[in-house]
Amino acid sequence: MTLTPWEWTKLIGFYALVVIIVVISIFPFYYAILTSFKSGTAIFEINYFPVDFSVQNYITVMTGRNFIRSVINSVFISGVTVLLALFLAVTASYALSRVRFRGRSLLLITILGVSMFPQIAVLAGLFELIRFLGIYNTPWAMVLSYTIFTLPFTVWVLTTFMRDLPIEIEEAAIIDGATPWNIITKVFMPLLWPALVTTGLLAFIGAWNEFLFALTFTISETQRTVPVAIALLSGASEQEIPWGPIMAASVIVTVPLVILVLIFQRKIVAGLTAGGVKG
Amino acid sequence: MFNFSKELDLEAQRRRAAFYFLAPMIIALFCVAAWPLLRTIYFSFTDTSLTNLYGGEWIGFDNYLQRRELSSGRVIWRGTLVDPAWWNAVWNTVRFSVISVFFETVFGLGIALVLNAEFRGRGWVRAAILIPWAIPTIVSAKMWAWMLNDQFGIINDILVRIGILERGIAWTASIDTAMTAVLIVDIWKTTPFMALLCLAGLQMIPRDIYEAAKIDGVHPLKVFWKITLPLVRPALMVAVIFRMLDALRIFDLIYVLTPNSKATKTMSVISRENLIDFDKFAYGSAQSTLLFAIIAIFVSLYIWLGKVNLSGEGNQ
Repeated sequence: MTLTPWEWTKLIGFYALVVIIVVISIFPFYYAILTSFKSGTAIFEINYFPVDFSVQNYITVMTGRNFIRSVINSVFISGVTVLLALFLAVTASYALSRVRFRGRSLLLITILGVSMFPQIAVLAGLFELIRFLGIYNTPWAMVLSYTIFTLPFTVWVLTTFMRDLPIEIEEAAIIDGATPWNIITKVFMPLLWPALVTTGLLAFIGAWNEFLFALTFTISETQRTVPVAIALLSGASEQEIPWGPIMAASVIVTVPLVILVLIFQRKIVAGLTAGGVKG
Repeated sequence: MFNFSKELDLEAQRRRAAFYFLAPMIIALFCVAAWPLLRTIYFSFTDTSLTNLYGGEWIGFDNYLQRRELSSGRVIWRGTLVDPAWWNAVWNTVRFSVISVFFETVFGLGIALVLNAEFRGRGWVRAAILIPWAIPTIVSAKMWAWMLNDQFGIINDILVRIGILERGIAWTASIDTAMTAVLIVDIWKTTPFMALLCLAGLQMIPRDIYEAAKIDGVHPLKVFWKITLPLVRPALMVAVIFRMLDALRIFDLIYVLTPNSKATKTMSVISRENLIDFDKFAYGSAQSTLLFAIIAIFVSLYIWLGKVNLSGEGNQ
């Protein structure tokens, strides 16, 4: 089959568009990696391709004040938040997807509404609550406050997922005399694993990236999460921004996320669209 | 199989179980969402300060609007509703949200159309566009702050090389370009989300519609306007509202990329500034209450006017 000139133009135009999309998507991250491997004053020369390879910036970050501590804080906070949200969400979404009761739609809409809350609207009230509970400047302040966006999200996605499971498996269990709790743990849990991994991962990313609460509810450097640590990373003097170490820190915390996202690509897309558009 | 009364029993048992299953989640959401929101609204009617959280006294609407008559007979209005800094923030937020969501929708739909076509390496392209989405907002703000640096930034270098600019400009510091810088970074970061939601919508359109149109010789542009767009509209409407809500509450990108720039300060930024940094806790609460009210009104109007079906319950 031969192509006419017009078809050739269309084909080349299409692939040019694809190349532009890919380059714009990955260039900033590529450039951050490239910068992070530059040493000393080389950082102030603009290069489009790697010219030198120095791990100096990485050493500076890893041995610097509290960066490792921040990573540990972030892992702990995100992990506990996700486990808590999943635990509360599994039983709740079973009830929301499988049992007919009055006010179910209203409850679903309310949960969706909470997930759209502007965080700043609860900041003052949460600040008071956290001070009252005595957890200000501890990881628990973040675990508590992150529930406001992780819980509605996990409930919503798991509800959509469970609604699509066939009714027959449940009927068989009911005839066998299984209680609702047994139905969840014995019948649904094995089927739910893929959905739990996806929603858990998405909630983890959300908690890992959160900034406003983490900035407001911590005061000492040792309690900071990774985003706050990177945002407030400063050099020897006020004027001098340590771009090299900032880029190294950025690469350290982003690479695991990018790898996870690429591995779970298909599942994440499915999870996101279930959260956004009705699945 | 069941006799009637037993079936009723079973239903009742399931309903009771449902209540116990839902209770922990409802209590949790009440504690972290409803209660703090009510407290914020309450604070906005008091003179509470950060150092004196429990000693605030009820002062009515004074944080919003307060009329004072001086002894000379002159009347002064005070409060956030006559505060130019607040209205500047409202205007910045609206401008940012409308422009960013518009471009994200256009680019997102474009990328979705490209990804919906079949070509070699499609999986790789989809993986590549997920990268901006996977990068934490703070990290992308820092990455772009470096790329947009006035002296050593690569963006200025590219633009000078291809002759668009004569000299590098201070993107994030200059009052004229700060908003553009924020918009560029936000559009870069969130277009993938839009593209994926659009793609999901596109993939639900049956292929044979396109084949029928092709056989009838309908022009591709007409196919887009008459078939694709109307069919993808429900998915698009939901995607737009999600993005819009996100944009209206934007905080982190602006806080890191253009700190203290009057040209980009949004409602969230200015509220937090008053709440925490300036020790005007009650005043900041009033501003966050207003932000909440604005978003609530916007969502209700959008759902009502656009007839968006968010729950997906109706067509089950």
